[in-house]
Amino acid sequence: MTMSHAITAGFVPLLDSALLVVAKEKGFAEAQSIDLTLVRERSWASIRDRLAVRHFDVAHILGPMPIACNLGLSAPAPKMIVPMALGLGGNAVTVSAALWQAMAGEGATDDLDARANGLALRGAIANRDGEPLRFGVVHPYSGHNYELRYWLAASGIDPDRDIEIVVLPPPDMGDALAQGLIDGYCAGEPWNTFGVLKRGGHLATVKAAIWRSSPEKVLGANARWAETHPEALAALLVALHQASIWCGKLENREELAHLLAQPAYVGRDAELLLPALSGRLPVGGGAVQSVGDFFVPTAKAATFPWKSHALWFYTQMVRWKQIAHAAEHQHIAAETYRPDMYRAALKTLGIAMPSASSKVEGALAVETPVGSSGALMLGPDGFFDGGRFDPDDVDAYIQAQHTG
Amino acid sequence: MKPNELNVLVIDENRIRAAIIEEGLRDAGYGQVTVIDQMHGLARRITDLNPDVIVIDLENPNRDELESIFQLSRVIQRPIAMFVDKSDEASIEAAVEAGVSAYIVDGLKQERVRPILKMAISRFNAFSRLNRELEETRSELENRKVIDRAKGLLMRSRGLTEDEAYALLRRTAMNQNRKIVEIAQSLVTAASLLDPGVKE
Repeated sequence: MTMSHAITAGFVPLLDSALLVVAKEKGFAEAQSIDLTLVRERSWASIRDRLAVRHFDVAHILGPMPIACNLGLSAPAPKMIVPMALGLGGNAVTVSAALWQAMAGEGATDDLDARANGLALRGAIANRDGEPLRFGVVHPYSGHNYELRYWLAASGIDPDRDIEIVVLPPPDMGDALAQGLIDGYCAGEPWNTFGVLKRGGHLATVKAAIWRSSPEKVLGANARWAETHPEALAALLVALHQASIWCGKLENREELAHLLAQPAYVGRDAELLLPALSGRLPVGGGAVQSVGDFFVPTAKAATFPWKSHALWFYTQMVRWKQIAHAAEHQHIAAETYRPDMYRAALKTLGIAMPSASSKVEGALAVETPVGSSGALMLGPDGFFDGGRFDPDDVDAYIQAQHTG
Repeated sequence: MKPNELNVLVIDENRIRAAIIEEGLRDAGYGQVTVIDQMHGLARRITDLNPDVIVIDLENPNRDELESIFQLSRVIQRPIAMFVDKSDEASIEAAVEAGVSAYIVDGLKQERVRPILKMAISRFNAFSRLNRELEETRSELENRKVIDRAKGLLMRSRGLTEDEAYALLRRTAMNQNRKIVEIAQSLVTAASLLDPGVKE
């Protein structure tokens, strides 16, 4: 078959690079006449820089980062768009054995409950003398940073005063924990499973428990490339959609773990990747906990780039003083995510897609059928503290978090 | 302030490359150059050094950490990415191609910093070229060894001279549209399969 679209995509070796890896390795890209080249990077800064100079056309990227770039928070930055998400969930919070012991003394349990374990962490902090606890996250503009802070704040812990948050590369988190340089971290997989199984860590909670079905990595595209290559982009979205369905099938789980384990991709044993795919996570001390919707590659419109997700990220940038709230900033954030492109690319497939571009986040307590175009199920999507985010009333949400 | 008064920090886990850049900067008259090749305690080191310019290899996994240190720091003057001047896309591209990234303290004039970046780019490129040449020499040496062994096999088993043995390898390679070294390798492999005791 002659290839009509040459696309170069950057990725960081993490579980949620799965859609891109599968699109290439299982022939979904080729079937769309795409010659897909995947290039592995070791930092998000590198992903951004290579997108800027057009070494990459698209990339696996942290959901908030294209927004931060478009807001001018991260120079040098290309103008970026997000035409698709690369799944929901996938992160966890791992703590050191010593901190877990202190939390267990305050009532923390292996069930990863965000409310109980958050209160236990608050108790452990209150009992503590000396230096504040230090937690690692992967990037200032990351779902990790925001969900960790959300969890802490809703548990009565001030993330800026009561603890210290530092940035570390995910592969270094487990070692830093074992060496006592940090007391905990929020990262993607396989780095929590690695920390628990290989570095004596213990899971405290998971992203799915803090905010179920919440946004994580996305496909970031250089806006200039997207404008000049609409057919290539649409073909890529189709390939990634099909890859997402493949990733979501139970029978493909083992093969996916082994695909990702290859040195060119995540480069870690399949045993470290399987827990996140099965949702049966080692929590520490030999215990295993089943987590619903730990990582969702395709169900629940997991690849749909909701503007409400972009706006929630924006509210957290404001909340943690990374940017001042302004109508223009809010507009830039919302316009970064492009559900219109997603719909246009996938409409020929006749699949069920959300008809709205935004939804109230945290409104669905149970799985709920939506839309008129077919059998699409969304949710549950609750925040652990019962919070709701109405994207039509961003001001109120920002105000409530500011005073609260 | 003269250029040599600028406080330059080089962060590179590759000690050899870091040394090459440090030397280049010193030769160019920059007296205050510090090299960090250990990432532990980065925030503290940067606070203590308070550099005007930071040069870091693009592949360094700690760049996200570095950028967050700038963002959080209230102690040091806030460095920003080198390439805020959007008109300078060629130099951004040259730097990324070479694998260099740089940060400068906000307010420092680009003209004063550009020579540092230029020097870093050229030294990074020279280092990659050196590595590539070393790699090529190494594989060429390996190739020659394999071809010599294949020639030896042909000379012994078919009673050819060295020149005739080489000519045969070359002719076979041309006929099969393959490289001489590939034919030689096949021959060596086949010989070792047929007679495990075979040595050169």
